[in-house]
Amino acid sequence: MIPLRRLLVGIGVAALIVAPIGQGNYIIYTLSSWLLFSIAAMGLNLTLGYAGQVSLAQAGFMGIGAYVTALMTLAGIHWLFAAVASISACFLIGLMLGYPALRVQHHFLAFVTLAFNTLLFLVLRNEEEITGGSFGLVGMPRPDFFGFSTMKNLQFYYFTLVCFLLAAGVMWWILRSPWGRAFKALRENPIRAESLGLKIRRQTLLAFAFGSAFAGLAGALQSPLVQFIEPSSFGLIHSLKLLLMVVVGGAGYFFGPMLGAAVVILLPEVLRFTEGYYLIIYAVLVIVLMVYSPGGLIGLGRKLYDWMKPGQEARRDIEQGVQL
Amino acid sequence: MVEFLQLILSGLAAGSIYALAAVGFTLLWQASQTINFAQGEFVMLPAFFVLVGMTVLGMPMWPSVLFALVLSLLILGVMFKKLIVEPMLPHGTLPLVIATIALGLLMKESVKEFYGATAQPFPPVFPQTVYNIAGASISVQDLGNLAVSMLAIAGLQLFLNRTRTGRCMQATAQNPAVAEILGVNVKRMVMYTFLVNAALATVASVLISPIYLAKFSNGETLGLVAFIAAIVGGFNQIRGALAGGLLIGVIDNLSAVYISAAYRNAVPLILLIVIILVRPQGLLGTSEGRTV
Repeated sequence: MIPLRRLLVGIGVAALIVAPIGQGNYIIYTLSSWLLFSIAAMGLNLTLGYAGQVSLAQAGFMGIGAYVTALMTLAGIHWLFAAVASISACFLIGLMLGYPALRVQHHFLAFVTLAFNTLLFLVLRNEEEITGGSFGLVGMPRPDFFGFSTMKNLQFYYFTLVCFLLAAGVMWWILRSPWGRAFKALRENPIRAESLGLKIRRQTLLAFAFGSAFAGLAGALQSPLVQFIEPSSFGLIHSLKLLLMVVVGGAGYFFGPMLGAAVVILLPEVLRFTEGYYLIIYAVLVIVLMVYSPGGLIGLGRKLYDWMKPGQEARRDIEQGVQL
Repeated sequence: MVEFLQLILSGLAAGSIYALAAVGFTLLWQASQTINFAQGEFVMLPAFFVLVGMTVLGMPMWPSVLFALVLSLLILGVMFKKLIVEPMLPHGTLPLVIATIALGLLMKESVKEFYGATAQPFPPVFPQTVYNIAGASISVQDLGNLAVSMLAIAGLQLFLNRTRTGRCMQATAQNPAVAEILGVNVKRMVMYTFLVNAALATVASVLISPIYLAKFSNGETLGLVAFIAAIVGGFNQIRGALAGGLLIGVIDNLSAVYISAAYRNAVPLILLIVIILVRPQGLLGTSEGRTV
C-alpha cells in the first residue's frame, strides 16, 4: 500500500509539472488558482475534517493574507517577508477569534466565523484609504528570487506549485505528528480524548489557527497571481465555496481538498455549455452527493472499492467496538 | 424624539418579520437539529409562487397567496424533509449544512433563471396610507406587518402550549427518544414542524416583499438576519427568537441613522459576537444539556 501510494504521489507531482507546458494563459491561470485554493482548502480540512470544527471564515483569512501581501509588496517589501507576515497575521487572528468562540463549543465557532467574515468584508469595503474600498488594489508585483523572475504566467505557476508542495508537506508533517493524532482523536470522540489527557480546547484552537494560517499563504499567493484584489473576492459566499471544496472532496482525507478544489473550480468550466443553468445543476449534484455519500468523492470512491472487494470488509462487531 | 419613535416603530415592523424567519429556524433546530442555511431563500421563494399564481395562472391576489402557501408546504415542508433532511440526518450535521447551503443556491439560481434577475413589484397587503400623528409619520403597512406577525407567533405559541399536538411537538423537541416511548408519533411531529416553518416563511414572504420587492437575492440578507436573531434571542426558545428579531430590527434601524450607514450591517454582527461571548445561550435561552 505505502509504495503504491508513493508511486501515485510521484505520478501526481510529475503530472502537475507537465500539465501547463504548451497551454494557453487561461488554463495556466486556472491551474494556478486551483493550486492556491487547494492550499486554503487543505487548511480548512485541518480545521473541519480533522478537528471537526466548522469555520465559515476561510475566505476571510485568505482576504487578510491577500491584503497584507498586497499592501506590503506595493510598499516595495519582498514577497517572502509579506507572505510570512500574512501567515503570521492569520495565525494570530485565528487564535484571537477561536479562543472565545471555542469557549462556548460546537456550532458557535461557525457563527462567530460567519460574523467575522462579513465584518471583515465591511471593513475592507469601507476603509478606502487603506484598502481602496470597492475599487480594490491593483498592480501587485510578482516576486523575484535571486534573479529568477516569476513575472510570466508559466513561471508563476511553478512558483505556486513549489508553495503548494511545501504546504502539502507541512500539512503531512502536522498530521503525522502527535498534534495530528490528537486532532483525529478529538474528531472521533472529544470526551474520550479529554479523558486520555488531551487539552481539547487548546488542540482545537491550534487546529483552527493552523488552518487559518494556510489560508494566509493562499491569500499571499492570490494577490500576485490575480494582481487585482477587491473585497467581494473574500465574501462569505467564497468561504462557503471553500467549505464545499473540503466536503465535496472528502473531509478528513488528505487528498480530499485538492480533489474538491478541482471539482469546484473546474466544474463550472465543464458545465459552461449549459449557460446559466450550471449553478442549478451544480447545486443538485452537491445535494445528491451529500445524500448518497457524506464522505465526499473520496468517500464515494472508497465505498465503491469496498463494494468491489467485499472480502476486505471489517467485521461489523469490531467496527461497533471501535465506535464505542 | 419623534424621529426616534418613528425609527423604533419601523424597526419593530421589520423585526417582527425577521422574527417569523427566526422562529422557523429555531423550530427546525429543536425538532431535528437541522441548521437550515437556506432559511433566507425559504422566505424569498413564496413571493415568487404568489407572482406565478397572479401572472401565469391569472388568479387574483388572495387565491394566489393560498396557492403559494400550498406549494410552500409541499416543497419547503414535505419535500425538504423527505428528500434532504431525512436521508441525511444519520450522517450528522455537517453534510446537512452543506446540503442546505446547496439548496439555497439551487433556489436562488432557479428563480434567477426562470423568473429573471430584476426585482419584481409585489402587490401590497395593506393600504399604502401614512398617518401623521404628532409629527411622526406612521404607515399602515408597518402597523399591519407588526400585527400580523405578532398574531402568527402568538397563534403558534397557543398551538404549542394548549393543544395536544402542540404539546407532543414540544415533547419531541425536548427529547425525541422519551417522546417516542410515551407514544408520540415523533416522525409526524417533526413533519409538522417542517410544515409550520414553511407556513411562517410564506407569511414572512408575503409581508416583506411589498417593501423590498421580490428579488432572487433577497434571501442572502434575510437568512443572515434570521440566524442572528435566533442566536441573539436564544437558540431553543420561540420567545427568544421573537425578542431577537425585534431587537435586531430596531438596532438595525437606529444604527443606520445614529452610527453610520456604511457600518449599518456590522452592528448586528458585533451584537452576535458579544452575545455568544457573554451569554452563549442567548438573551432568553436556557442552556442546552450536553450530550455525550
